[in-house]
Amino acid sequence: MEVINSIKFTMPSLSVNESAARAVVSSFLIQTDPTVEELSDIRTAVSEAVTNAVVHAYRGTSGTIELTVKLLKDREIYIRVKDRGCGIPDISKAMEPLFTTAPEEERSGLGFSVMQSFMDKLSVRSAAGKGTTVTMRKRLSYHGD
Amino acid sequence: MKVDIRSDRGTAVAVLSGEIDHHNARAVRDELDRYIVAAQPRSLAIDMGKITFMDSSGIGLIMGRSKLMKECGGILEVRNPQPYIRRVLKLSGIERIVKVN
Repeated sequence: MEVINSIKFTMPSLSVNESAARAVVSSFLIQTDPTVEELSDIRTAVSEAVTNAVVHAYRGTSGTIELTVKLLKDREIYIRVKDRGCGIPDISKAMEPLFTTAPEEERSGLGFSVMQSFMDKLSVRSAAGKGTTVTMRKRLSYHGD
Repeated sequence: MKVDIRSDRGTAVAVLSGEIDHHNARAVRDELDRYIVAAQPRSLAIDMGKITFMDSSGIGLIMGRSKLMKECGGILEVRNPQPYIRRVLKLSGIERIVKVN
C-alpha cells in the first residue's frame, strides 16, 4: 500500500461527532479534487461506519472511535473506522440489508448496504468484546486534467 | 437542522434544512411526530430540497413518519430530494412504500 498522505482522527463515541467525522474526511479529500458525487459517497459511507460505532459498538457505554483516511497511489482513498466496543457476533447477519438490532430507534438496517454500494471495497473485522474495524476503499476518477 | 411546517386545509408541507444523520434525526422525528399527532393532517409532504446531507438515518426517519401518518389515517410523501439523497432513497427501496416527487 503506497501511501501519499494520511490523517488519523480520534474522537469519543458521541453522536455529535458523526458530523465531525464527515467534516474531517471532506477536508482531507479537498486535495484530490473529487467530484460532488464521489465526495458525497465517501462522506455518507463514513457517516454510516461512525454511526454504527456510536449506536452499536458502545451501546450503553462510551469509548473511542478512530478514523484513518489515506490517499493511496492512483487516486485510491482508504478509510478505516475502528472501535474497541462490543464487537459484532455475526457479521454476515449484520450485513444483510434491513437487518437491525435497534428497530425501536428507527435504525433502518442499511448502514452496511450504503457502505457497500457507495464504496468499491468493504471489509469488516470484529471480535466479541474487543471491537470492530471497518475498512473501505474507493478509487476516484480522473477528471479535468 | 431546521424544520419548518406549513399547512393549508389538511395538507401540510414540512421543509427540512441541514443535515440528517443519527444525531439530528431524533429532534426532527420528535417535532414531526408532535405535529402529526396534534394536527392529524390528511397528507404530509417532507420537502428535502434544502437537505445538504442524508445517510440511512433519514430512511428510518421517513419510514417511521410514513407509519405514523398511516396510523393517523393520512399519507406521507417526499419531495425534491437532491440527486445524492435520491441515491440513498433508491438503495433503500423506500420508493415502493412512500411516493417520492
